[in-house]
Amino acid sequence: MAILSIKVENRPGILWKVTHLFRSRNFNIESISVGPTEDPEFSRMTISVRGQDGRQVAQMIKQLNKLIDTVEVSLLDEHKTVYRELAIFKIRLRGAQDSMEVNKLAGAYGGKVHDVRRDSIMVELTATPDQVSAFEELARPFGIMEVARTGMAALQRAGA
Amino acid sequence: MGQMIGATALMRSLAKEGVGQVFGLPGGANLPMYDELSKSDIRHILVRHEQSAAHMADGFGRVSRKPGVCFATSGPGATNLLTGIATAHADSAPMVAVTGQVPVGMIGRDAFQESDIIGMANPVVKYAFQPRAPSEVPESVKKAFFIAETGRPGPVLVDVPKDVQTDSAEMEFPDEFRIRGYHPWTDPDVPSIERAIEMLLSSERPIILAGGGTIISSAFAELQAVAETLLIPVATTFKGKGAFPENHALSLGPIGMHGHAEANRLMTEADCVLAIGTRFSDRSVGTFEEFEKNLKIIHMDVDPAEIGKNQRTSVAIVGDVRTSLRIMVKLLRRSPPASREDTPWARHAKETREYWQENLKVPSGEMVASRILKRLREALPPEAIVTTEVGQHQMWASLFYDVIEPGTFFSSTGLGTMGWGFPAAIGAKVARPGVPVLDIAGDGSFNMTENSLATSVTEGIPVIVFLINNYMLGMVAQWQRTFYERRMIGVDQKECPDYVRLAQAYGAEGVRAESLDEIGSAVRAAISCEAPTVIDIPIDPEENVLPFVAPGTPLRDMILPS
Repeated sequence: MAILSIKVENRPGILWKVTHLFRSRNFNIESISVGPTEDPEFSRMTISVRGQDGRQVAQMIKQLNKLIDTVEVSLLDEHKTVYRELAIFKIRLRGAQDSMEVNKLAGAYGGKVHDVRRDSIMVELTATPDQVSAFEELARPFGIMEVARTGMAALQRAGA
Repeated sequence: MGQMIGATALMRSLAKEGVGQVFGLPGGANLPMYDELSKSDIRHILVRHEQSAAHMADGFGRVSRKPGVCFATSGPGATNLLTGIATAHADSAPMVAVTGQVPVGMIGRDAFQESDIIGMANPVVKYAFQPRAPSEVPESVKKAFFIAETGRPGPVLVDVPKDVQTDSAEMEFPDEFRIRGYHPWTDPDVPSIERAIEMLLSSERPIILAGGGTIISSAFAELQAVAETLLIPVATTFKGKGAFPENHALSLGPIGMHGHAEANRLMTEADCVLAIGTRFSDRSVGTFEEFEKNLKIIHMDVDPAEIGKNQRTSVAIVGDVRTSLRIMVKLLRRSPPASREDTPWARHAKETREYWQENLKVPSGEMVASRILKRLREALPPEAIVTTEVGQHQMWASLFYDVIEPGTFFSSTGLGTMGWGFPAAIGAKVARPGVPVLDIAGDGSFNMTENSLATSVTEGIPVIVFLINNYMLGMVAQWQRTFYERRMIGVDQKECPDYVRLAQAYGAEGVRAESLDEIGSAVRAAISCEAPTVIDIPIDPEENVLPFVAPGTPLRDMILPS
């Protein structure tokens, strides 16, 4: 997986230009998150891609830099980066036993439980994308009714 | 600067950029800017289709190296520009396209003649502006010109809603501005240039490959100095054709699908290439994998995104190629290399070149492409500017028309847009009115924008259409003969129209030339009469363009005439 952190001008249409570039250069975006930075003139996009070799990713970085609205593009090193994703799961319950086990599982992943009903429960998780996927695997036997994932936000550690 | 409407500010901004003329066609959404244009000193050149306006601006831009400007209205006016904008983008030509747009409040309501031209143009422009208030107009135009002409040039779109043209505001015309994410200038890295020289000197079979970037940055003298000092043969890409005088002893001509046999042969044998301002297009290199095999690549380019995109690079030199070559020349002068005249490679290159120049088989008969184009070369002065359409005639021009004065040959090489050559020639003539400008045309391609004859005649812009006419979509016909067992479909023009009478209907000169002597005298007459002229030259529709490197095959598998 490659994580790209892209600082762009905070203006309409720029998210579209960036995503369009990925499409036109034959890249598939795995996840994307966008939000304002500490300076309201800029936004930060965090985009992760999978299945591309180093040369392809390096080429993508050059193409991103070429966009006039991008101010800074960096490839984040997974080991020197704090990266998290928020996910919300709606999970089916078939009895009190299920409820207890899902609660335990959520606890193990540092998740929070919401909207507990007789036949369903919601779990909110903030974790690395891999952890979110691992939780999803373990929750699958209960029956996952719906999932919403934000895509990851990431920042390089100080001094890294 | 005071209170004024957006349209006035637009014209002032164009005048401040030194714009002398715009190519365009008015309509509902750009009427306010046309009204201001009527009051300004800027000349308007009326086209009969917006695509031609873009090609004219493109031709003007390539020759003058200043952005050509074209105007179109919203909706279909703007979409008609798109092919021309995409053509300029593919060939890195500076252009500023100004479109009218429906008023700001109508955007997004599917108004009459509304199109999301910003959205449609995005993949084929260097940048696009849509000022949302009249006060934003001057800075948008200023930045548009800056972006279009700096770094790797390209087209920029300025889409101006009608109310932004008509509303007034207090205007500032900034001389200073900042674009945080745009850094068109990089100083070439001198140690990399030193490494490049070392690599060229230590390799046994070096070659230079000059691309279109060499022409864009006018690095002609520098290229020649490097080639002559190191005694390295010079091939070009098709876009780079004429970056180096093709009558020079070191010239090999273009490589690629319809490259010169000597250029393709020596390119295949080389062990080190100095590639200047080229993106290694598939049409030039054949196959990427075969091309880079056993080849050290030194790549000079202004666009860092081109380094390593299509080929692995041993030494990358990012920056304006003229600046990079200048540094190389200076370093070579400081410590001149030993004479290389007698290297086996230099001898081999010379022999190969001479062999193919004498022995390339061409069809017999008088009216065949090679002889027709050689006769054209004799009739044209070296400084004449030539454009081409797209098709067989274009590739024949690549093979048989020698460019003597660098930077006098232009073609739609990247997008391969039929209909480009004639309007581009008109734009070129506007940029350089003092020299003859001629479009080497084929009938199919000329058909697409032939109504530019009206512009040529009514605006008094005399260009020559040198129509190599087989009444065929000849290149398609050649592929159908070669790859589809002669199942011919959709290629026969059935001798329609009569080009002599077509030219005359527009008020241009129309002549038919049926022998080489008639060609020579028709070209000379067209140059001296200074009237738009179509020279119709009938040829055999069965003539193929050869040599030919079939798509997806390496240069060494070049098919030669039998």
